[in-house]
Amino acid sequence: MQDVLAAFGRAILLILPIFGPVPVIIWWERRLLSWMQDRIGPNRTGNITFSRNSRMIPSFLKGKKIKLFGLLQSIADGIKLFLKEDIMPSKTDKLLFIVAPFIALFVSFTLGATVPFSGDLRFTPVADVNIGLLYVLAISSLGAYGLVLAGYSSNNKYSLIGGLRASAQLISYELAMGVSLASIVMMSGSLKLTDIVNQQQNTPLYNLNFAPFTLIANWNILSPMGFVSGIVFFICMLAETNRPPFDLPEAENELVAGYHTEYSTKRWALFMMAEYMAMFVFSMIWFTIFMGGYHLLPVRSEFLDGIEQKVGFLLGPLTMMLKGAFGLSVYIWVRATFPRLRYDQLMNLGWKFLLPLSVGNLMITASWIFANRVYGNAVGWGVVCIGYAILGIVWLRTRRKKQDEKQFGSRSIDMVVSSVRFSSPEIAAVADATEGL
Amino acid sequence: MPVKLTLEMVIFAALAGAAALAAVGVVAFRNATRSALCLVFNFFVLGFLYFSLQVEMLGITQVVVYTGAIMVLFIFVIMLLNLGSSHLLAEKFDGKKPVGIFFGIALAVLLSSQIVPMFARTESKPLVYPLGDSKVVGQTLFTSYVFPFEAVSFLLLVGIVGSILLAKRRMS
Repeated sequence: MQDVLAAFGRAILLILPIFGPVPVIIWWERRLLSWMQDRIGPNRTGNITFSRNSRMIPSFLKGKKIKLFGLLQSIADGIKLFLKEDIMPSKTDKLLFIVAPFIALFVSFTLGATVPFSGDLRFTPVADVNIGLLYVLAISSLGAYGLVLAGYSSNNKYSLIGGLRASAQLISYELAMGVSLASIVMMSGSLKLTDIVNQQQNTPLYNLNFAPFTLIANWNILSPMGFVSGIVFFICMLAETNRPPFDLPEAENELVAGYHTEYSTKRWALFMMAEYMAMFVFSMIWFTIFMGGYHLLPVRSEFLDGIEQKVGFLLGPLTMMLKGAFGLSVYIWVRATFPRLRYDQLMNLGWKFLLPLSVGNLMITASWIFANRVYGNAVGWGVVCIGYAILGIVWLRTRRKKQDEKQFGSRSIDMVVSSVRFSSPEIAAVADATEGL
Repeated sequence: MPVKLTLEMVIFAALAGAAALAAVGVVAFRNATRSALCLVFNFFVLGFLYFSLQVEMLGITQVVVYTGAIMVLFIFVIMLLNLGSSHLLAEKFDGKKPVGIFFGIALAVLLSSQIVPMFARTESKPLVYPLGDSKVVGQTLFTSYVFPFEAVSFLLLVGIVGSILLAKRRMS
């Protein structure tokens, strides 16, 4: 019985820090986005100005203002969404229509189960299994089902296209994600997330045991292999959570609202909550794998270790929340910066750039580990340099080939050009003259 | 001898029952998407069955490969084909059914010949390899089973290249 209660307690420990900040996350996204776009954003909801001459107000409050910077906006939105009339279109697949948002929510809730929040392992991670990283991959790959089923069950062609795009996108980017994580697993020698964090903090930079290197912790992002796979993982992370510039499943200017076109009220809110929670958890996962997890600084000193041992149970979760918030801000920053990719650009980026890059990175990591163990440090780094040089040369060669092709190599433009040529000989002459440009 | 009922056994039984129900659902539903979803659920619960047997590595591989990748592709293809109304899919009675029943019974006998003796015995043998540990799985795969492992990977590669070749030929 006690075990069951403990399990419930741990589940709540997982859900609360993810579910609690969702209103704040939504507010922060709207505010930050509007600052970046030179707007003001929601800044009024929750402000109270007390009357100066009413008798109902106690004297110390008269004429006072309470400012909440619009923090209650998402609460107000939530209340509105949950009290609205629930509209379900007829001729939908009812069961799947209802289940789909819950699948999305389930994925976001369970995604962070193996992420450690502090050095104190009594509470987190909820499940300290020795396959923690694979668990993250497995659960994030289930995320496609919520979107696909929503798109399928809505009985709407735009929704269906959105769902199809979601599944294709997830499958494509999952590969690069898995391969980029494989090189991290090879470097740290474990799939356990707590082991990965400890390995990052407890070894000196690049495993070199002399003066400046022993002071800095070996965070994965600081090594070249880890840096490359960190970038790849970050891009795949954006794609997995369907955030801009990868929000093709809900592309507003093509598909109305994509997979959730037919959703309204609570069910739509569930999708939104799932998306924001997944963003938050994914940024915490990124920081756990590449930037030292619950440790604040990449510094190895006994003084800091002592502090962490004293107040680790407080400092760790705080650090994780801070890092999660920072990751979210980067998410929003990317949203404000990059335009949405076209579908073929999305596929090209996933299959022709990220996947080869992460596979090459995996090979370099493997040869670095081998050379480091057998021939020593210097040879190992030489191998890394040669490996990246080869990777760069291959990339440049393939890139040059692409530039030799015709600039507008799409069928529609060819059709336009040929039809114009057919209609007027003068334009045809100009087109012939400018062909090579 | 009465079997003592533990919490693990209850959980295992519930998961196994859910998996069996989902497996029945795969063949019982007329709607192709529903069948595929039942298969998804079946694979997902199978992963949890592995977890309850303390072979986490196998369970998570099950979820990653089957639930997360292969079944997403299945559903993608089913939606892309747009199979239409289900009465078109209803098959007529022909020689396949009795043959299928025969093979089904044969498979059941084969499987139960392995399982039933295990039930008859009171104590079960401990695992030879602790398969929950990813290190052990990797070590066995890359030492004692390295040839079959590489052979299977080569076979899969040939399959991929062949399918692309066939698709390209049909296009041009």
